[in-house]
Amino acid sequence: MIGTPLTGRLAIMGLVVCITQIAAVSQITLFGAHADLVPLVVAMSGLLLGSLPGAVFGFACGFFVDCALFQTMGLSSLVYLTVGYGAGRLREVRDPQAAAVPAVVGGAATATVTVGYSTMQFLLGTPVAVTGLLVGQILVTVLVNTLLSLPVYAGVRRWLLPVLPDDPRRRRRRASTTRLSPLSRA
Amino acid sequence: MYDPKTIRRRRAVLALLVVSSVVLLTASFGGNGGVSSVQRGVFEIVSPIQDVASRSLKPFRDLFGWFGDTWHAKGENQALRKDRDGLRTENARLASQLRRLETQTGIKRVADAANLSTLGPVEARVTAAAPTLLFQSVTINKGGGDGLKKGQAVITTGGLVGKVDEVGSGSATVTLITDSSFGAQARVETTGVTGTVEDSGGDPQDLIMKTTDAKAEVVKNARIVTRGTADNSSLRSLFPPDIPIGRVTAVDDAGTDTQRVHLRPYVDVRNLDRVVVLTRDAATVP
Repeated sequence: MIGTPLTGRLAIMGLVVCITQIAAVSQITLFGAHADLVPLVVAMSGLLLGSLPGAVFGFACGFFVDCALFQTMGLSSLVYLTVGYGAGRLREVRDPQAAAVPAVVGGAATATVTVGYSTMQFLLGTPVAVTGLLVGQILVTVLVNTLLSLPVYAGVRRWLLPVLPDDPRRRRRRASTTRLSPLSRA
Repeated sequence: MYDPKTIRRRRAVLALLVVSSVVLLTASFGGNGGVSSVQRGVFEIVSPIQDVASRSLKPFRDLFGWFGDTWHAKGENQALRKDRDGLRTENARLASQLRRLETQTGIKRVADAANLSTLGPVEARVTAAAPTLLFQSVTINKGGGDGLKKGQAVITTGGLVGKVDEVGSGSATVTLITDSSFGAQARVETTGVTGTVEDSGGDPQDLIMKTTDAKAEVVKNARIVTRGTADNSSLRSLFPPDIPIGRVTAVDDAGTDTQRVHLRPYVDVRNLDRVVVLTRDAATVP
């Protein structure tokens, strides 16, 4: 169940990230593309909180982005909730602990969002041609977002840490450091 | 690990969210008034916040922009030198042509029509851009209170940017020339060949001009400008005449019925900061 403090923190984070994205980050081009913080934050939230909060947070972020930019409603919601749910399921099923997991998840989330959004636009009647430039932009965006994944993961984790229900790493650390020594057992 | 109740709840919420997204999509496409009202309400609330965020984050944007500009400066410098040489030659040719044409009737009227200061220009700043790769729209910090209306032309120093789409009280969205729904009547500046400029789909640096005469001769590097309303046409164009759109880069299957004229827009829609909205209809300006 999602508690009130967690909902509040997620709402503040979503609002700040979405506004920063559309007001600043979207207007900074890097090799013809730009970073996209929203899928990263949604994926990292799913990775830390699980599939259900990840999906709800992704849906909410997509809804806000569509409203703020007067875009076709529902499109971003569908794509972001897929990312949040997928990252959450990864945590629930595999609980991966490798240091590179956030980077891999961030890259995969960005690829899902960019390809998914373009595909959905195409299915909805927008004539999108698969040009070399579009593919290049997708690759650059995925690359830039992969590089940003680790700091974004650290930031999201730091922000959500006080309200995380059971952080697996904390749980393990606590378990390993509270074991009785052979001396005290004697 | 999870009890069946948790799994059922998770699946139910997921299904609910997916269905909600599909319902929103359907309602959005069907022009549902309720969804549009909600969207407009959020847009009105968020626009001032975006404006403040855009202003406060401008130094960071400029810093990153400076790095990017420096990176690209060398390549651009070479291209600009080439363009300058070409423009000098073209300028000399046009100057002599202008002197000749000024003696004939009509040319002064065209020159005056291109004087955009009479068209009620309203300067605006781009406050938000869609985080997609398709470069479809941007949000500006001027709205209905500044005289903006749907369909008005939006330009910048380079040329045509797009047209005003949704208008709020203090902000508006601009449909860019690279959006699939955008189309503008255009003509080749030198030859007068007319057509419609549309996006090519997926490349913000490539537009397509569909000529009315399929076999019309269009040469590389020709300037494409807005056509404005034709004298014999009952349909008024949204755009004043002679606003530069782009330069012809290639013509596929030239001289055939299937020829496609590619042009590179003068405006890079990926790097928009300040734009000008022409709030007066060109047809009403004396």
